Amino acid sequence: MSQTGIIPEFVRRQSFIELDGRKRAQSLFDEGTWKELVGPFDRMESPWLPLQGVAPQFDDGCIVIKGKIGGMAAVAIALEGAFQGGSIGEVSGAKMTAALDLATKDSKTGKRTAAILLLETGGVRLQEANLGLAAVAEVISSVLALRPHAPVITLIAGTVGCFGGMSLAAGVSSYVVMTREARLGLNGPEVIEQESGIDEFDSSDRTLIWAIHGGEQRVGMGLADALVEDDAGKIKATIRGYVQADLPLEYRSEQVEFYRDRVTALDTSEQINPMSLRQRWSNKTTGGLQ
Amino acid sequence: MSEHVGLRGRAWFEALTGIKQPSTGDPGTVLASEAQIGDETALFLCVVPNPSSRFPCVRDGQVGLEEAFTLAHHLRRVIAQDREKPKARKRPVVAIVDVKSQAYGRREETAGIFFAAAASSDAYASARMAGHPVISLVAGQAFSGGFLTHGYQANRILAFDDSGIVIHAMHKEAAARITRRSVAELEELGHEIAPMSYDVRDYAKLGLLYKLLHVDDPQHPTTADIEAIRHDLIDAIQDARRGATDLSNRLQSDAAKQTRKAGIAVRTALEAQWQNA
Repeated sequence: MSQTGIIPEFVRRQSFIELDGRKRAQSLFDEGTWKELVGPFDRMESPWLPLQGVAPQFDDGCIVIKGKIGGMAAVAIALEGAFQGGSIGEVSGAKMTAALDLATKDSKTGKRTAAILLLETGGVRLQEANLGLAAVAEVISSVLALRPHAPVITLIAGTVGCFGGMSLAAGVSSYVVMTREARLGLNGPEVIEQESGIDEFDSSDRTLIWAIHGGEQRVGMGLADALVEDDAGKIKATIRGYVQADLPLEYRSEQVEFYRDRVTALDTSEQINPMSLRQRWSNKTTGGLQ
Repeated sequence: MSEHVGLRGRAWFEALTGIKQPSTGDPGTVLASEAQIGDETALFLCVVPNPSSRFPCVRDGQVGLEEAFTLAHHLRRVIAQDREKPKARKRPVVAIVDVKSQAYGRREETAGIFFAAAASSDAYASARMAGHPVISLVAGQAFSGGFLTHGYQANRILAFDDSGIVIHAMHKEAAARITRRSVAELEELGHEIAPMSYDVRDYAKLGLLYKLLHVDDPQHPTTADIEAIRHDLIDAIQDARRGATDLSNRLQSDAAKQTRKAGIAVRTALEAQWQNA
């Protein structure tokens, strides 16, 4: 038996989760086609963090890379979960909105430019509070402006996950791709426990957290489109597939009556069992190449 | 302050529409009605507390699953009905905002409140992008995911100039805890750092507001107040019709050019580099 034959597959593959935000974004592009825009050397940092004794970062935790994916124009916008929890501030938010708006402008004038949002974020950066919240509203608006012209693909790989206002940006995306290590929700477990008590949500209950917010559940219940392994090659191929795909005729977040009826049918007399909800809600999603 | 959540929203919804009850088929937490404004009909939307909601975590005026999809339902209906109409005849939408927050509940997370909120945001933004003037009237509190779901996609945001108005990403106690400050320190900081402030006059410095409105007591509108606010709403509707259907106006005011200059500089730099990439 050859040496490679006995090394398990998970050891040989390139983990995506182990990459930082910048490397993740770079890894999605065709080789030699990408360029980072407003990178660290431009030193566009948060003006609000130093006023509060917090060290800013030259890229404000947001990386914008433009290039080609499968031969087609694309821009990837990555939030770096390791900087301030991937939180959205004025500068990082402006980078996202501006990149989305430029992709829309190009797409409307004949150069379809897909956007990939790599979201590892706890939501609004509290040191920039209202400018962060405003930025989220603007990102959502800009995603919706691009969506009729080019795919907007949210990729949540983990392990920070996508929470807070940016979960709405995921919710309005054309497609959502997740790994098993990724989580997606509006309120994180700690926040719910803090606001509504431990009886409502025990944030130390990891089984419960993954059952509710985990990638397998979100894809299984039809609120995300593809579950991918933590493998840079496979993730790149999945993203390429969505970048090249035809635009959907209807988006999930437009299917209001369908989901309103589902909510009406929920029994709220007790907590909802995630697994049985998944079974009831499965097999209905706008996106999904598989 | 929190004991007032929803009261102001309800008071202004009733004042502007004459309607006190939810529409048939809607949950008790959403007031939706069409009503005359100037010489046209507008869709008015409001989320209110309902102590007997079947979702326990929305009973104090939070925005949850039913609220988000019900808002989206009314918005989508109006968008569809007005699809063929010229822009000048598309009905305005007035979101009356007095929401404590999004719902912090396990039922909500399990059933995907992030997606419900997204669907409502989508419907509001779609109405705006289709040419409906979408106006938010912040009558009380506008917190976080609650505001993102209900009102923050508006072309024009109006708010009462009153100490009971709070627009913020997180309520004081939680923000203080997470940023490791006392509530008093947080309030002090707000006077120096506008985006941190809980005071609507500081919020106005961010350049996101169209106008601050003056009434003596927002919780008890007088006939004169109602007439004045109607006039302000009509003015905002007309201004929205003249303007762009995106949110670019939020970067164009003098206040925005001052307070959001870092963000504006980022946009300029990215545009310059984009062409050569």
